[in-house]
Amino acid sequence: MRTKPEIQLPVSNVFIVLSVLAALFLNGLPWEGVALMLRPDFVALVMLYWCTHKPVRVGVGLSWMVGMIADVADASLFGQHALAYTLLAFGGVVLHRRLQMFDLRQQTIQVFGIFAMTYAVYALINWQVNGLVAWPYFLGCLTSTLLWTPLSILFQTMRQKKVDRNPT
Amino acid sequence: MIDGTQSHRFFNRGPSPAARLVFFSVLSLLLLFVDARYRYLESTRSALSVLVSPIQRLATLPGALWQQAGDFFITQSTQRGLIKRNEELTLQHQSDAAQLLQLQALQSENQQLRDLVGLPIRNEFSSQIVEVIYAERDVFKRRVLVNKGANADVRIGQVVMDDIGIVGQITRVYPWLSEVTLITEKEHAVPVEVVRNGLRTIVFGMGDTSQLSLRYMPTSADIQNDDVLVTSGIDGTYPQGIPVARVIKIERDPAYPFAKTTCLPLAGVDKNRHLLILSSLPKLPERPDEKTVAANAESRVKARKK
Repeated sequence: MRTKPEIQLPVSNVFIVLSVLAALFLNGLPWEGVALMLRPDFVALVMLYWCTHKPVRVGVGLSWMVGMIADVADASLFGQHALAYTLLAFGGVVLHRRLQMFDLRQQTIQVFGIFAMTYAVYALINWQVNGLVAWPYFLGCLTSTLLWTPLSILFQTMRQKKVDRNPT
Repeated sequence: MIDGTQSHRFFNRGPSPAARLVFFSVLSLLLLFVDARYRYLESTRSALSVLVSPIQRLATLPGALWQQAGDFFITQSTQRGLIKRNEELTLQHQSDAAQLLQLQALQSENQQLRDLVGLPIRNEFSSQIVEVIYAERDVFKRRVLVNKGANADVRIGQVVMDDIGIVGQITRVYPWLSEVTLITEKEHAVPVEVVRNGLRTIVFGMGDTSQLSLRYMPTSADIQNDDVLVTSGIDGTYPQGIPVARVIKIERDPAYPFAKTTCLPLAGVDKNRHLLILSSLPKLPERPDEKTVAANAESRVKARKK
């Protein structure tokens, strides 16, 4: 499952930005009820992917900015998503070497830890400000983790296509 | 990413991830605190929302499209029926609303008519019910026009009352209408007596307000607030014992010989729509003419002298 690093060309910035925008779009879809509880955090997923695969370009600062945008989009408090994504990015950047050595199944376990921490921080802030903890919220952590494998495969195939297309 | 480039660029990368983490975490916490506590950042939020809103609008698009598609098919099939139904309901609603308004008016009118019907049984005179159709437009004249006139044998001088007490008097009769002068008309006089002690007096209309006044009451007269005045029946114009007014204020100023007494009419003088004209009052014997009395006296004196 693990792809060879040398096959993949450096991704363009446009691709990164588009992926983040797509994630914001997916987060913004009108989720309701159970679907909203189970909704994976696509933005976190995408940010974590780039933090682990392109730690030089996508790091803590960019994650923080995306977090701010997510705060505006979700109408949550300023800094709530930003703080969570900052921690997420830090986890991703620190662990990126280890993750690159694992296959996708092992990566998923590692990623779950990072997501759990991110969700915990978000819920903690919510608890501090609003005084309630929505436990079903943590279900999104599981679904986000489960989406890690499909996302990785998807992005790798997209990048490989670019590799294939570029030489011709 | 090749290791060599990464290590080569390592020193150019600026602060370490840990330092960045601390910096941005503190920044986030600061923003959180400011936003949660002071709400200073609304302008920033609205500025950033300009960036986000296209994405959000795009995100709501699939749902909206789906709904519109559903609406389209539903509308196509039932639109005609709905429009027709809506029109029917609107018409129905309008007629119902009008009827409801009428019902309320009818209820109060019915209550008043019941009271009026009950009244002649208490007092032994016949009466006819009339309806007020015009009110005098001049504010200084307290008059109304009612819908029965000479055709219904209404005569000048007949007493008009409602279910409570005296309202006025017929002062003019037209073929189909008659004019009622209300007791609040200026200089309109009603002979009354105080229920409590039988004190006889005359109550006059004030004209400018819907109040009545008692004139020529000596300051020593036995009259109090809340005394009820009823018609005394003296003079034969008004039947006896019909409520007229209630005393509300007495000013006894020693500088004047008479007390200034203000009353309020008991009947709904300018309220009701239906009134009662009293007729066939028992005729009193004619009042002797002043001249004949004087002549008689003179002849008697002359007879004595003889």
